[in-house]
Formats: sequence, C-alpha cells, structure tokens
Amino acid sequence: MSGLRILVPVKRVIDYAVKPRVNRTQTAVETSSVKHSMNPFDELSIEEAVRLRERKIPVESITAISAGPPKAQDILRTAMAMGADKGIHVAVDEQDALEPLGVAKLLAKVVQGEKSNLVILGKQSIDDDAGQTGQMLAGLLGWAQATQASKVSVEGDSVTVVREVDGGVETLRAALPMVVTTDLRLNEPRYASLPNIMKAKKKPLEKKKLADYGLELGARLKTVRVTEPPPRKGGVKVDDVDGMIGKLKELGAL
Amino acid sequence: MATSCRFAASLRRASLNARAPTRPRRFQPAAVHVRWTGSTSATSEPHQPDDKETVKGAPAPAKAITFTSDTYPDIQREPGFSKLTQEHVEHFRELLGTESAVVDGVSKDASEDIEPFNSDWMRKYRGHAKLVLKPQSTEEVSQILKFCNDNKLAVVPQGGNTGLVGGSVPVFDEIVINLQKMDKIRSFDEVSGILVADAGVILEVADNFLAEKNHIFPLDLGAKGSCQIGGNVATNAGGLRLLRYGSLHGNVLGIEAVLPDGTILDDLSTLRKNNTGYDLKQLFIGGEGTIGIITGISILTPQRSPAINVAYFGLASYEKTQQAFREAKGQLSEILSAFELMDGNSQHIVNKVTGKKMPLEGDHPFYCLIETSGSNTDHDSEKLQAFLEHVMENDIVEDGVLAQDQTQIQELWSFREGISECLGHWGGVYKYDLSLPIAQMYDLVNDVRDRLTKAKLIGDDDSYPALDVIGYGHMGDANLHLNIPVRRYDKKVEKELEPYVYEWVQSRKGSISAEHGLGIAKKAYIGYSKSDSMIKLMKQIKGLYDPNGIMNPYKYM
Ligand SMILES: Cc1cc2nc3c(=O)[nH]c(=O)nc-3n(C[C@H](O)[C@H](O)[C@H](O)COP(=O)(O)OP(=O)(O)OC[C@H]3O[C@@H](n4cnc5c(N)ncnc54)[C@H](O)[C@@H]3O)c2cc1C
Repeated sequence: MSGLRILVPVKRVIDYAVKPRVNRTQTAVETSSVKHSMNPFDELSIEEAVRLRERKIPVESITAISAGPPKAQDILRTAMAMGADKGIHVAVDEQDALEPLGVAKLLAKVVQGEKSNLVILGKQSIDDDAGQTGQMLAGLLGWAQATQASKVSVEGDSVTVVREVDGGVETLRAALPMVVTTDLRLNEPRYASLPNIMKAKKKPLEKKKLADYGLELGARLKTVRVTEPPPRKGGVKVDDVDGMIGKLKELGAL
Repeated sequence: MATSCRFAASLRRASLNARAPTRPRRFQPAAVHVRWTGSTSATSEPHQPDDKETVKGAPAPAKAITFTSDTYPDIQREPGFSKLTQEHVEHFRELLGTESAVVDGVSKDASEDIEPFNSDWMRKYRGHAKLVLKPQSTEEVSQILKFCNDNKLAVVPQGGNTGLVGGSVPVFDEIVINLQKMDKIRSFDEVSGILVADAGVILEVADNFLAEKNHIFPLDLGAKGSCQIGGNVATNAGGLRLLRYGSLHGNVLGIEAVLPDGTILDDLSTLRKNNTGYDLKQLFIGGEGTIGIITGISILTPQRSPAINVAYFGLASYEKTQQAFREAKGQLSEILSAFELMDGNSQHIVNKVTGKKMPLEGDHPFYCLIETSGSNTDHDSEKLQAFLEHVMENDIVEDGVLAQDQTQIQELWSFREGISECLGHWGGVYKYDLSLPIAQMYDLVNDVRDRLTKAKLIGDDDSYPALDVIGYGHMGDANLHLNIPVRRYDKKVEKELEPYVYEWVQSRKGSISAEHGLGIAKKAYIGYSKSDSMIKLMKQIKGLYDPNGIMNPYKYM
C-alpha cells in the first residue's frame, strides 16, 4: 500500500452555540445573518486525519470537500488551515441542499476521482441530524465501515476503530479502503493558527459543479413543517420552605 | 434531536450558554477537565480549593476569613451609631412584610444565613452584621433609610457582592440592604435603545434581555452572572467593553436613588440631552453607596453587533504588545471592541487551574486577545485578515489563532476572563487595579516581582506566602491589573506592596483605582490620586447628603 489518501467531507452549518430559530413560514430554520461554522463532527474528522499524519502514518493526501453555497469555501479554508492539503467545493444552492443519499452519491464519485482509500466523516451534521451519509457511502462503495469512532489507529492497511456502545466499548478492525465516522470523544480539534490560516490561502481549492460528476440529484423528501418545541413554562419563586410546600400541594405533587 | 446533539457537542469542549447569542461567558463544569464553576455561584461564594484541588467544592468555612475589624484595628466603631434592638427588627419586619425579606440575626442565631452577606468575594473582608434587609420597591428602600437615619443605624448597600475593594460588606454591625429583590426590567425602547430597570437586575440577565432585542449592555465583566447593574453603576465599573462603548458616566442617562433621609431622587431621565442644571446623578455613579441607594437606572444601550471575531496572540515582549495595539487601532479602528493584555504567568495559571489546553503551542512572555464587533461579517473578516497578516509578517506577534466558531470564541475569552477566578485558587489575591501610562504599565509588574523576590516572599512551596506576580488588564484603556496570588494573606507581603505600589503609580501620574473603586481597600490611599482640595470638596458633598454618616461608613475617604 502506498499511503493513505484521506477524503474528509465538511459541512457549513449554523454555529452550534447559536440558538436556531424557525422562519415565519415554518418551512425551515432561519439561516440568513446567523453565524455559521464547520459542523463540529467534521472538525473532529479533519483533526483525526491531521493527527494520523502527525503520528507518522504514511498519509499521502488529505482532501476536504464541501457541497454547498459559495460560503462553504470559508469552511474549506478552515479545514485547510487545520491541515488539509486541498479543498474541493461543489457548488450547490442553499435551496437545493442535498439529502444524505445525494451527498453519498457525490462522495462516491469524488472517492473515485481522488483515488481515496479512507473517508472520515462526521457521524452526523448538527443541522439535519440524519446520521446516514457515512453508512450510505460505505454501501455505495462496497467498503467496510466503522461508525462513531472514539479512537482510530492504522497499521499498514489495517484500521482499528474503537467505538463507544451502550455499557462499554467495541473494537473493530478492517482492511482499507474504509469509511469511518467520528464521535465526540475522538479528539479535541485544534485552533486554526495564523501562520496556517495564511498558508491555507495558498492551498488549491477546486471549484466543481454536480454536473462535473455527471450527477443530477433531485429531492426525494419534502419538508412538511418545522416547528419550535413548546416554550418552557415559567417557574415560580417561593419565599421560603412553607411557600414551597404550599405550592407543591397546590400542584398536587404532595 | 438537534438539541440533544448540540448539547452533546457542547460537552465535548468547555461549555456554552445557549441563551445569549454572542459570547456568553459561563464556565460551567461541563467536561471533566473544566475545573471551575459557573461564575454565578463562584463569584458570590467564597471559594477555596477542596481536596480534589478543584475550585468549586464547598464554600470555605466563613470562619477562615478574618474580620475586617481585626485586620484594621485602627478603625473604631462610630460611637454615635445606635445598636440594633429587637424593636428595630420588628419595625423592619412589619415594613417589609414577607418573611424572606428580613434575615434576622438579632433575635436568633442566623450566622450561617447572614455569612454570605458579611464576607466578600475575595474572602478578604468580613463584617459583623446581624441583619440583612431585602426591600422590593423604591418606596420600601425610602422607608428603611428614613428609619435608619432617624435612629442612627448605619447601613451598607449591597448588590451582587462582587466588589473587589471591600465596599459591599459591613465592617461592624451595619445593616446590609441588599437589592436582589428589586430585579424587574421596567421598560425598553427599541428605537432609542434606552433601557430602564431596577438596580437589582443581574447584569447578565439585563444583557440577555437586550440580546433578544438585538441590543447589548454597554458594560461587560467577568462577574456578570452575579453583579447587579445598580452595583455596576455604584462602582462605575469599567470592564471589557469600555474601549468600544465608553464609561457609565456617559451611558447612564438617569438614576433613581434614595437619600438617607428617605427622599426619593427621581432623575430617571430617558433623554440623551438634558442641560438643565447640575448633573447630580453623576455623584451616584462611582459613589459606592456613600450618599444614597440607587434603586433604578436608565441607560443607553447600543445595537448588538452580529459579526464578532476573536483572535489570540503570543508576543515576545511588552514593546510588541504596544506595537500590536497601535496597529489594531489603526487597521481595525471602528470594529475593534476589546484589546486585552495577559502576561505569560497569568495564562499558565488558567491552564493549571482549569486543565484547559493553552490556545497556542509554545511559550510566549505575553498574550493579547483582540475582539472585533461589526455589522458586516465579510467587511470585518477582510479587515481582520489584513491586520493578522500584517502583524504576523512584520514579526509583531510570534504566533496566534483566530476563533473559527462561537465555542472557540468563548474558549479564548475564558483565558482572559478566567484569570480573576483562577488566581484565587490557592487562597487569596492581592489585587491592584491601576491606570498608568501605557508605555510603563508593565514595568510595575517587573518591579514588584523583583521586590517580593528580594524579600524572599515568592516561592514554589508552602513556606512562601506569595506564588507569583501577575499582570493583565484592559490594555485598550491603559488599565493594568497587578495581582499577587498568595497562599495566605500576610502582613509582610502587604508591607512590601504598600505604599510602594501607590507611590510608584503616583510618580507616573496614574490612578490607584482605575475601575474597582475605593471601598475600604483604597480609602487610606486616595491622597495618591486626589489632591487635598478635591478630597475636601468630596467630604462636603458627603456631609450634605448624608449628615449622619450612616451610608456605608468607614470607607471611601
Ligand atoms: C470576577 C470579577 C471580575 C470583575 N471584573 C471587573 C471589571 O472588569 N471591571 C470593573 O470595573 N470591575 C470588575 N469587577 C468588580 C466590580 O466592581 C463588580 O463586579 C461590580 O461592578 C459590582 O457590582 P455588585 O452588584 O456586585 O456590587 P457590590 O459588590 O454588591 O457593591 C459594590 C459597591 O457598590 C455599592 N452598591 C451596590 N449596589 C448599590 C446600589 N444599588 N446603590 C448604591 N450603592 C450600591 C456597595 O455598597 C459597594 O460599595 C469584577 C469583579 C469580579 C468578582
């Protein structure tokens, strides 16, 4: 085996510290003038790819790819500042956002083009929370997959993945090529340092369209309605213990 | 699922507070390695390392804090003040009605309930109060004060009790009048951005309220989760946004306050312009509760900036930080909203106490945090990028990072805002909050470190009282925080520090208290920053408003 050719898909999502708001027409979440950043699970993927290289495992290339509006390029620059060698931006309008299957089909094509032998994806993106892309991609490619990795080690072309499961951990091993999806405890992503941000500006960023991959991906699903959870009922303050007991009695809790 | 996933993501790193859209700063004990607690509780409770070396733990036994009357044996209880009696307490109970409005240590032993009101955030000052009152309205405050004035009962106005000069706790048996029950937002005008609120509203609550309306409180500080806006005004707090939004002397448009004789001073103006006579409200801004109790304020709040960026640098010398500041002002101009300085030692301490990874690899003698706030992300990013490239390429900074998302913004801020809290980890801190000419600001830290080293008071093991000498602060405002974290308060350390520090500051025409105020800590030293004739005029004002001297006695001047 010559070396790892890692593909890392990254997605631009509403920053997870921002409270999303449903739009007036209840068709989607408000995205305009809301802070966006990289899907946190994808940060883990990039970080892991870079760490594999830092661990002196032969990594030939780390390619970050994002399908989305022009702003997705910011996320690709971040990925490159964190250590990816190049970026691929596939232009997709916001209103035509891809479904997991569409993304998986696109990634399968990119894998062929880039001759990738390891794809590290986030286990889900925090906007749709579908959690399907990695699995579908593995299916389309006919590759082994290990989802929700909390530890990844590579030796030759054998990949060992530890995953947290209910009540314990599970250790899986498979041979490359392979799909891995990342979970929270895998690593702690680094900050983008200024020198690396500057270097990232000079790294190649390819601009593509779906048509370049011979793909035309229509929507299969229709969003019927998006609603906010019911507002939390306000609490009451009681003055003292007697007040609390009184209130609890009133509510029938005592 | 979106929510739970977001939550889980937050667990991975430090923490976040979903309520406030920009830079909410809470240090929640979220992940295992996050060692200190939310500012809300930690700032109001004395804290001491527990046996697991975490900052949180149970509050230190109050007994461990020395009584101010013992630390300052020269201060004598004013003999003209009456002693509290059962009848007084009965009067207040009747006046305030609800049980919880009166914490009564006169007719029974309530020392445990009263202790949090008696001792300060730094565990440095402790009073002997036997009574705490929590009025719910301006009218109640008026009646309390009138009664106290008539009966010569001394009082201490108290907000969130986060003040750093011992002003918020009694010295002897003064009655604590705590404003926590006056916590209503009265009005907000979305067109003018003018907020009117009770004095007891917690700063963070006010800011969250304003965030919903796309506005921002023009003041921000590490204690935001506990301190009250009335307390902020009473101390004329400066904080992290002063560079951008200016001081409370400009932003506060009106004040409602109660004078000792019960007079309600209704100057709750919501006008930006009002030239009709002496601007009396200014006396209450920074008055530290010595002439009256603030019960309501009206304040001009700016539009909240949707685009926030934070960068954090490592620099080779103090000269470089000054250069970086000059460049930041020049190139970022109107979007620069904070320029904070932290020395290397301060960052190591945050790292040591919280277990958080340092934002930068490698060691740097100085660090700076820059925040920009603007209305247009693309415009700001372009400016910031150009600035960052400039300071990197010209070797002004050695290394740096740029926050890529909200969580990183908070993490970087926690390395500035966490300093105060982390310094208290070993037992105590001597804190000096000074205004100095920027060029000489850090010389003082070096001089003090040399001095304590020479006196053999600094060291790594328990036999030395002091751990280190640390400098950080609001560089943008030429405001240095000189801090000496100690294992125990020690007169020997104090002797080396004072009046040395004050003389040092005076000789550079600085101020011995840039933002924390005078309280009891700086009372004796006011002469280093104010002339005799100024002090005389101040005393005349005090005598005019508070002829019986019942308001926050033994402090200020
Ligand atoms: C972690 C931390 C960080 C801080 N950072 C900063 C900072 O960056 N900049 C800065 O300027 N300060 C800072 N401070 C100190 C600052 O002065 C206080 O945090 C805050 O302004 C005081 O508000 P409070 O409600 O806690 O007032 P308290 O501590 O309760 O009272 C402070 C003084 O004001 C008087 N007072 C309080 N309420 C009233 C009222 N309603 N009417 C009349 N008098 C009143 C009290 O008698 C006392 O003299 C910090 C403190 C902490 C603990």
